[in-house]
Amino acid sequence: MIQREVTIKNRAGLHTRPAASLVKLAAKFKSDFFIDKDGFEINGKSIIGVMTLAAEQGSKLVLRFSGDDEEQASQAVCELFERGFDEP
Amino acid sequence: MELMKAEGTKEEIVLKGVPASPGIVIGPAFLFQKQDVVIEERSIVSEELPREIARLEQAVARSHKELGKILDFAEKKLGDDKIKIFEAQLMILEDSVLFDSIYNRMRKELKNPEFVVRDEIGKYHRVMLASKDEYTRERAHDVEDVQNRILRNLQEQKLISRLEGSSVIVSPNLSAADALILSRNDVLGYATDIGGVTSHIALLSRALKIPAVVGLRNISHVVHDAVQVILDGYGGTVILNPSEESIKRYEAKRERYLEFEARLAGLRDLPAETLDGRRVELSANVEFEEELEFIKIQGVDGIGLYRSEYLLVGREVFPSEEEQYRHYKLLAETMYPKRVIIRTFDVGGDKVMMHTVKENNPFLGWRGIRVMLDKPDIFLEQLRAILRASTRKNISVMFPMVSSIKEVRDAKKLLEEAKHQLRKENVAYDSRIKVGVMVEVPSAAVMAEDFAEEVSFLSIGTNDLIQYLLAVDRGNDIVSDLYQEFHPAVIRFLRRVIERGKKKNAWVGMCGEMAGDPLATILLLGLGLDEFSVVPNVLPEIKKIIRSVKYKEAQRIAKHVLTMKTEEEVKHYLKSVMKKKFPDIPIN
Repeated sequence: MIQREVTIKNRAGLHTRPAASLVKLAAKFKSDFFIDKDGFEINGKSIIGVMTLAAEQGSKLVLRFSGDDEEQASQAVCELFERGFDEP
Repeated sequence: MELMKAEGTKEEIVLKGVPASPGIVIGPAFLFQKQDVVIEERSIVSEELPREIARLEQAVARSHKELGKILDFAEKKLGDDKIKIFEAQLMILEDSVLFDSIYNRMRKELKNPEFVVRDEIGKYHRVMLASKDEYTRERAHDVEDVQNRILRNLQEQKLISRLEGSSVIVSPNLSAADALILSRNDVLGYATDIGGVTSHIALLSRALKIPAVVGLRNISHVVHDAVQVILDGYGGTVILNPSEESIKRYEAKRERYLEFEARLAGLRDLPAETLDGRRVELSANVEFEEELEFIKIQGVDGIGLYRSEYLLVGREVFPSEEEQYRHYKLLAETMYPKRVIIRTFDVGGDKVMMHTVKENNPFLGWRGIRVMLDKPDIFLEQLRAILRASTRKNISVMFPMVSSIKEVRDAKKLLEEAKHQLRKENVAYDSRIKVGVMVEVPSAAVMAEDFAEEVSFLSIGTNDLIQYLLAVDRGNDIVSDLYQEFHPAVIRFLRRVIERGKKKNAWVGMCGEMAGDPLATILLLGLGLDEFSVVPNVLPEIKKIIRSVKYKEAQRIAKHVLTMKTEEEVKHYLKSVMKKKFPDIPIN
């Protein structure tokens, strides 16, 4: 299991478009992927789950990856957060 | 109120409503309630599981298809923010984590899909609704919409399978979409608690030639499934648990009406001409293609009003240009050489923007030509489709709810734009296509002359004109008797529109309900109306009246009516005229 902490960088936060990008990316990997925000955990491969997070700019999320490709998964997903979902 | 059915004793109950579509039928009732009644939690046995799962899969697939169409339409017509809403909803439908949970719960808990769907999605919905973030709270509505769409599709399937054999559908209310779904089975008639004679269900049932009575107030509370009923669409009566005597009486009544209609049918090929040779046009108001055959049989002078927005019934998005073209072409071909007047989409803004528009007073708000001018892409598509279908030169265009000259000119400009595009594409159309407007907003009536200079014809829409003029909402039970066709102000207004329109060489017709009211025919004739466009089933009656009077006489009668100051006087006078001349025509 790999656990990483990330911060939401982009202004608009985790709204629908980046949520969709995140879910699509996570789907590429076999590993299970969960997102924890202030103790509230959702499945990171579920768009409706991610939509409930309401993560705005500056919020801190804990990401958990578990599976054969957890290395690659965590790297790719954290990078997406780093890039602020390619948004201002 | 409970209906007690003891052995051998049946209590007959007579209910009165508004006759909406003619015919008399006798048969069992089928109670139809919409699904915003409680979603029930039902345990299922493991043998039912495969079927229930399949039901949910189908409902999801249909929802996916529906949203796909909506997204398609939204991409082309509505703009970015609307697209996002539907994209998000589509993604939720494809959320495998969500649906794996739902299907697994069904298997483990052995509960029906309606319950599990609402429970699962409801969880997310509640969390989002309670969020401090406004954006997330708004997304909660989208989540709820998806849930409701799935539930609706689940309900519809269940409903269709429940209806067996011929029945009279009883319901608090029936949208045209509901009625269309139900009409796929053997429907004897429709009976609803609410609704008036121009409500969607009334129009649809007339089009489908299914007898209907609306405005019965409480029939859905009193009826149980399979109760025997007599539905009298002529008189507006529904009898529950009819006695042998009542059944006999209504069977006889049915015979008499059929005879009356057969006699009138003899007028079919004769023109709508007065005894002293004044010829007027007698046309039909049409919403559905199903009505076309009947109209042809009746022998009309054309279609005076084609309500194009009925292409939207049972759909959430406007049909494409191609699809519209096919419909308009069919109309033109079927009616050729008779004229077809196509009214451009007359809808409220909520239809166009798909329910995200909430107005306090939609009747005075964003509807009719206003919406179309604000959505030129949609408008242009329709105008193109109409033009393309006009090659046999028997189509005219009409704009609804115009209130200013500017609106008419803007609409005409768009028509020119459409023509211009088609010319560039080398597509044929009628370059001399005639344009008209509905006169329903009082400002258009006041300025009838000026409007008549912009167009070739005026068609008076009395349904709305009277409401605007007398400040009465017809649908409001408290004041609905103040909606009066024979109010002296209405009659004077009509005279004004007719005289001034004709002064500028526009012909003036009427497509509102009043045109089909036998009590008004002689008056309207006498005021100089050029065209009557009516509900198809009253065509023979109106023609008979026209053919039985002299224009001179009608003018005299109209002149006399114009001196009266109260609706009572007017109706009393006209009734006495009708009684003397036409004792066998039923007048309400």
